[in-house]
Amino acid sequence: MDSTGTLFLPPGQSTIAPEVDALFNFILYTGIILFTIVVVGMAIFVVRYRRRGKEKPTTGSAQNLKLELAWTIIPTILVIIVFFWGFNIYLKMHVAPKDAFEITVTGQKWFWSFDYPSGASTVNDLVVPAGRPVKLLMSSKDVIHSFYVPDFRIKMDVLPNRYTMTWFEAPQPGEHNLFCAEYCGTSHSEMIGRVRVLGEREYAEWEQTSGSGGEGMSLEKYGEQLYTAKACVTCHRIDGVAHTGPSFLGIYGESHPLAAGGTAVVDENYIRESILEPQSKVVAGYQPVMPTYQGLLDNRQVDALIAFIKSLKK
Amino acid sequence: MVEAVSGNYLRQPGGIKSWLVTLDHKRIGILYLAGIMTFFIFGGLLAMLIRLELLTPGKELVDANTYNRIFTLHGAVMIFLFIIPSIPASLGNFVLPQMIGAKDVAFPRLNLTSWYIYIVGSLFALYSIVAGSIDTGWTFYTPYSTQSTTSVVSMTLGVFILGFSSILTGLNFIVTIHKLRAPGMTWYQMPLFVWALYATAVIQVLATPVLAITLVLLILERVFGIGIFDPAMGGDPVLYQHFFWFYSHPAVYIMILPGMGIISELISTFSHKKIFGYKAIAFSSLAIAFISFLVWGHHMFTSGQSELAAALFSFLTFLVGIPSGIKVFNWLATMYKGRISLETPMLYALSFLFLFSIGGLTGIFLGALAVDVHLHDTYFIVAHFHYVMMGGTLMAFLGGLHFWWPKMFGRLYSEYWGRIAVALVFIGFNLTFFTQFILGGRGMPRRYYTYPPEYQTLHDLSTVGSWILAAGFIITFAYLIHSLIAGRKASGNPWGSLTLEWTSPSPPPTENFVGTPRLTHGPYDYDTVQIERGQV
Repeated sequence: MDSTGTLFLPPGQSTIAPEVDALFNFILYTGIILFTIVVVGMAIFVVRYRRRGKEKPTTGSAQNLKLELAWTIIPTILVIIVFFWGFNIYLKMHVAPKDAFEITVTGQKWFWSFDYPSGASTVNDLVVPAGRPVKLLMSSKDVIHSFYVPDFRIKMDVLPNRYTMTWFEAPQPGEHNLFCAEYCGTSHSEMIGRVRVLGEREYAEWEQTSGSGGEGMSLEKYGEQLYTAKACVTCHRIDGVAHTGPSFLGIYGESHPLAAGGTAVVDENYIRESILEPQSKVVAGYQPVMPTYQGLLDNRQVDALIAFIKSLKK
Repeated sequence: MVEAVSGNYLRQPGGIKSWLVTLDHKRIGILYLAGIMTFFIFGGLLAMLIRLELLTPGKELVDANTYNRIFTLHGAVMIFLFIIPSIPASLGNFVLPQMIGAKDVAFPRLNLTSWYIYIVGSLFALYSIVAGSIDTGWTFYTPYSTQSTTSVVSMTLGVFILGFSSILTGLNFIVTIHKLRAPGMTWYQMPLFVWALYATAVIQVLATPVLAITLVLLILERVFGIGIFDPAMGGDPVLYQHFFWFYSHPAVYIMILPGMGIISELISTFSHKKIFGYKAIAFSSLAIAFISFLVWGHHMFTSGQSELAAALFSFLTFLVGIPSGIKVFNWLATMYKGRISLETPMLYALSFLFLFSIGGLTGIFLGALAVDVHLHDTYFIVAHFHYVMMGGTLMAFLGGLHFWWPKMFGRLYSEYWGRIAVALVFIGFNLTFFTQFILGGRGMPRRYYTYPPEYQTLHDLSTVGSWILAAGFIITFAYLIHSLIAGRKASGNPWGSLTLEWTSPSPPPTENFVGTPRLTHGPYDYDTVQIERGQV
């Protein structure tokens, strides 16, 4: 397992990664050889046959069938090798092992949510056990997204009208970037999550606690945790600077003009409505782009977020 | 030889109006040149803004929505308004009839019409910028483009109109090449640039209508809510990708084939040697044109298309690479035992060989299915197509522009500044885009307004590269404009080239040739014809 990566590749952290990297490096080294032939040849000819003195007709030959055949057939053989090699690994990427652990992935503007067999769900934080194949069944709620984990060398588009599938097996515990690779609008570059690969025992512990709704935490504290965990942070800042959505700092109790005309006072009911039916009262100056959190948050979680927003005073 | 200085095509009575109603292919070529250069500068400024914004991982200059509009416009302007019309419509228009010994193209009025259609299409595209701009990316992928609140319709309508300009130019060139060759010029005596323009024209005529249909469907969906691509209305978004790339992949060859044609002319002229493998180069252009229609699915290896389809597209993609490789080796063999001189056009040709080889070889990574899965939609792709489109087509365009500049305007530019500019462009280009291969390989996705901090060093190097590149272009514009005013007068054949356009004075008379030109030798017979270079 290559854990340091090369100039062109990040560390490979899935079982498929070393196979992809081997092909990548084969093409790289073959390419360097071919490129050197062209460029060194070019340089030698420029120096050796530099024009000096008066014009004279040149006599070098203008065709040679054997040469033409050589530089047609040799590259053809090389690319056929690369074709079969690449196709072979591609098929492995598309056939998940039968015993794979299955997680449902939903992409929407601009976060990822994950539903686990245990009933747990997370946002932007994919937690998986090390050393077990994980199969991802993916779909989108709006436009096309693409699920991309560079360290695993996997990428698959996430479509609004059908399921797509990818799978991976990460042998080592660790944390990896998860990117959206298909352009999806304003906060495309912030549709970033992480994949946390846990050891067997840690994963079992996580599964135990993940279902819990922040028991033993104050609502405010739990809300602060959800603010990040449920990806509110992607669009709403808490430092007073407007982003894709308004900042939460000090908005509780304020009166805001609405895009559709009129004003709304930010109270508990307004916040609740804005989380569950975000399009109904959009604040003037912002695009109606927020997805609904209906079904993603239970009542206690909505309460917690309200408590958290109330606590942010100027 | 008739004294033609007063009768040359540039100096005709009638002032500006005579240009706007001109039927002279040379003047129309110059009109196109003015149009595409304007858009090149505009698209270039947008690129500089993109690079500047990416100097730091967070916000630098503009907000996310503005950034998304800037990269969309950069792509749309460079592809549809600059690079597709660039070589065929400007240099091709100017030089094609002269190369085959004709007085004009087959349909001069249609030729002028094409230019006006180009202008109207550009106005629609410009209108969309004023009317809120567009943020979909130049590919207009559905369902994002169906749902976007930006002015998608006027931009796609502009691209739709521009397509007709492209189709009509292609049609004109095909008929011209078939019907107007000078007596005695067989197909195998045509310069290779003409072969390349012919192959390009075939793609323009056959593929562009598919783009037009696709954009009409997109507009219908947006305006009338007819569900074709948007699943919310019962459509299929991947269908759009199939339609779009069915045109847009062959379009890549509309962009690169004419560039390859120019390189054949430059390498042979400046090596003063017969082109190696004439037929191999000519037929590889046709092979590329043909196979290019069958590889569109390689843009969609991660879109969920079937494994069988992916395998076929991957295989055909490798096949379309072979003819390009053949050309590179033939150009190299042409230089062998030549008498090589290194004026500015040749320096651009050598830059092309260097950069296009990298562009072509990195295509192999992307054609290989499993490796593409990792590299798709990352900066590796961005780097790859800039090496092909900019390192290939733009270098060839600049080489061709410097090559035919004395013929176009009868003036010589400063060779000294020309060489400095090539050096800056070459260094700046590699610094800007080679870093992006590394960025992409390491996982940096494209079209990102912000990025994780570990990518900053490479982004910064890339941005510095873009400044060097810009300096090279600014110098180029300066000395080219300067040459128009104060350049030395060019002789009829300053490079000692054997193709027909060099037998007329510079600039040529309106009718191109005095009488019907007679073919006394082939375009590359440097082994048998003693040719004196004019004063350089």
